[in-house]
Amino acid sequence: MEKILVGLKRVVDYNVRVQVKSDGSGVDTDGVKMSINPFDEIALEEALRIRESGAASEVIVVSIGSSDAQQQLRTGLAMGADRAILVESGTSVDSLTVARIFKALVDRENAELVILGKQAIDDDNSQTGQMLAAIWGRPQATFASEVVLDGDTARVTREVDSGLETIDIDLPAVITVDLRLNEPRYVKLPDIMKAKKKPLEQIALSDLSVEAAPEIKTTAYEPPAGRQRGIMVEDVAGLIAALKDKGLV
Amino acid sequence: MTKILVIAEHNEEALNPSTAKCVACAASIDGAEIDIAVLAASAASVAAEAAQISSVGRVVTVERAENDAGLAAILAPQIAAMASDYSHLFGPSTAFGKDLMPRVAALLGVNQISDIMSIEGSHRFKRPIYAGNAIVTVEAPAESIVVATVRTASYQAAESGNAAPIESATVDVEVPTHTRFVELQTGKSDRPDLQAAAKVVSGGRALGSEENFELIFKLADKLGAAIGSSRAAVDAGYVPPETQVGQTGQIIAPDLYIAIGISGAIQHITGIKDAGTIVAINKDEEAPIFEVSDIGLVGDLFSIVPELTEALG
Ligand SMILES: Cc1cc2nc3c(=O)[nH]c(=O)nc-3n(C[C@H](O)[C@H](O)[C@H](O)COP(=O)(O)OP(=O)(O)OC[C@H]3O[C@@H](n4cnc5c(N)ncnc54)[C@H](O)[C@@H]3O)c2cc1C
Repeated sequence: MEKILVGLKRVVDYNVRVQVKSDGSGVDTDGVKMSINPFDEIALEEALRIRESGAASEVIVVSIGSSDAQQQLRTGLAMGADRAILVESGTSVDSLTVARIFKALVDRENAELVILGKQAIDDDNSQTGQMLAAIWGRPQATFASEVVLDGDTARVTREVDSGLETIDIDLPAVITVDLRLNEPRYVKLPDIMKAKKKPLEQIALSDLSVEAAPEIKTTAYEPPAGRQRGIMVEDVAGLIAALKDKGLV
Repeated sequence: MTKILVIAEHNEEALNPSTAKCVACAASIDGAEIDIAVLAASAASVAAEAAQISSVGRVVTVERAENDAGLAAILAPQIAAMASDYSHLFGPSTAFGKDLMPRVAALLGVNQISDIMSIEGSHRFKRPIYAGNAIVTVEAPAESIVVATVRTASYQAAESGNAAPIESATVDVEVPTHTRFVELQTGKSDRPDLQAAAKVVSGGRALGSEENFELIFKLADKLGAAIGSSRAAVDAGYVPPETQVGQTGQIIAPDLYIAIGISGAIQHITGIKDAGTIVAINKDEEAPIFEVSDIGLVGDLFSIVPELTEALG
């Protein structure tokens, strides 16, 4: 296959404990560390391995968002992607519109495989890959923990609630990845230098003639109902007594 | 008028408890009429179970050989074709529902709402973001259909005792052949299902090996509990992935959750926030798991767990 598209979303780093602003207008992202969504890094690693195996010739990383996302795309290029596309948008873009943007890029690039993270750790939606597959009219293999390509098909093992499900899909297709698919490579310094010379194309969202989807509005933010720290017991006897107290044993 | 179609999750034999939880969520919308759709190769036994769930008006079965594995690419066009009679389509926020509902939404040209944790109105919902570190209120446009998944841990299954009529429907759409089921490997066990269990005993990285997890199994069996785990324990190969609890594993709400040798990373905690009682056993008194525990015990699991198992007699 020629081209694989990979999505890289810029999100608050997974180590940051995100907090709701005191006025409830959003979450506090001022000055916090931003990173590639961890699932997307795994998606990129998988695409790179497929290219390195000879089954694909080009890996294109795509981000949709503000120009700050160039940073994440550069990291993707340093990991080994061949080129990057930034679809610039001043405001956050909903899942269906993101899926439509990817569909427009799939058409433009003639991509045969799109690999995305199974969810983004900011909005935790887990939607984009499925939506892209729907509007593209192609297979989706979500929550992948193993991908084996075989000519025009792929055999994908998926992490589902009852165990591991294996499906066969025809290409072109969309795969969304789970954590255990692979371990992303570390970026080395010379790769960062090389990445600076790789092409990073910027497209305005308005230039893609993508129809905006009916919007779901977020009207309020609040902190979660916290759990209270309970009691500490000294030993097993104390634990059993406390459990008995609550009628749990 | 609010007419909700709940998509049943099942394995052709039995209905998954997630379905009755979706019904409970749907029933908390004022004046909602609720139908359940059972898409299956043979729907009879699942439909009979679904018909017993209270507040269900009707069970609609769509039987088709291709439906046997519950693949999203095959079910989605059929559900989209049934949508015109409804104002809302609900599915569970399980692997099944998360795979399916966004595909349905996209076919209908609407966005999807994930993980409804409370109903604030027919088009207004609360849901968690950032691994549950923030709760947002979202509002779907009144003029388009609402497609959503229900955070099953936020709801108790609706009661049974109903006898809703069962009707079979034919949905005249073509389904694709580009996606084919091969197999499902399940860790066969006689232990309770993690989603449905009233008690869960969960082990983390501290167990150190697959063999040592035997300690967790023994305690679980004493309590009649399901097995849970942290991502670190799964990554290390001590237990299979379907036991993972957390942001990217299963979100559960048992009456009792016992976390053993688990530090309490936010990604893990988000999976147990709705548990009744959380017990933590950890040798580090500073471990974050204690901040959310109702009962904490500091010490070495390798002596505490056997002693506890023994004492429970
Ligand atoms: C995108 C993303 C998603 C994630 N999703 C999940 C998820 O869904 N679920 C999840 O669990 N994690 C998830 N994680 C991983 C998470 O951040 C933690 O790394 C993981 O939960 C740690 O597992 P643990 O508590 O078993 O291991 P550790 O953090 O290593 O904790 C081990 C604990 O055992 C204690 N201990 C050690 N020896 C003993 C002993 N002898 N007796 C008693 N206690 C002992 C230690 O004090 C320590 O607290 C995710 C991470 C990322 C980046």
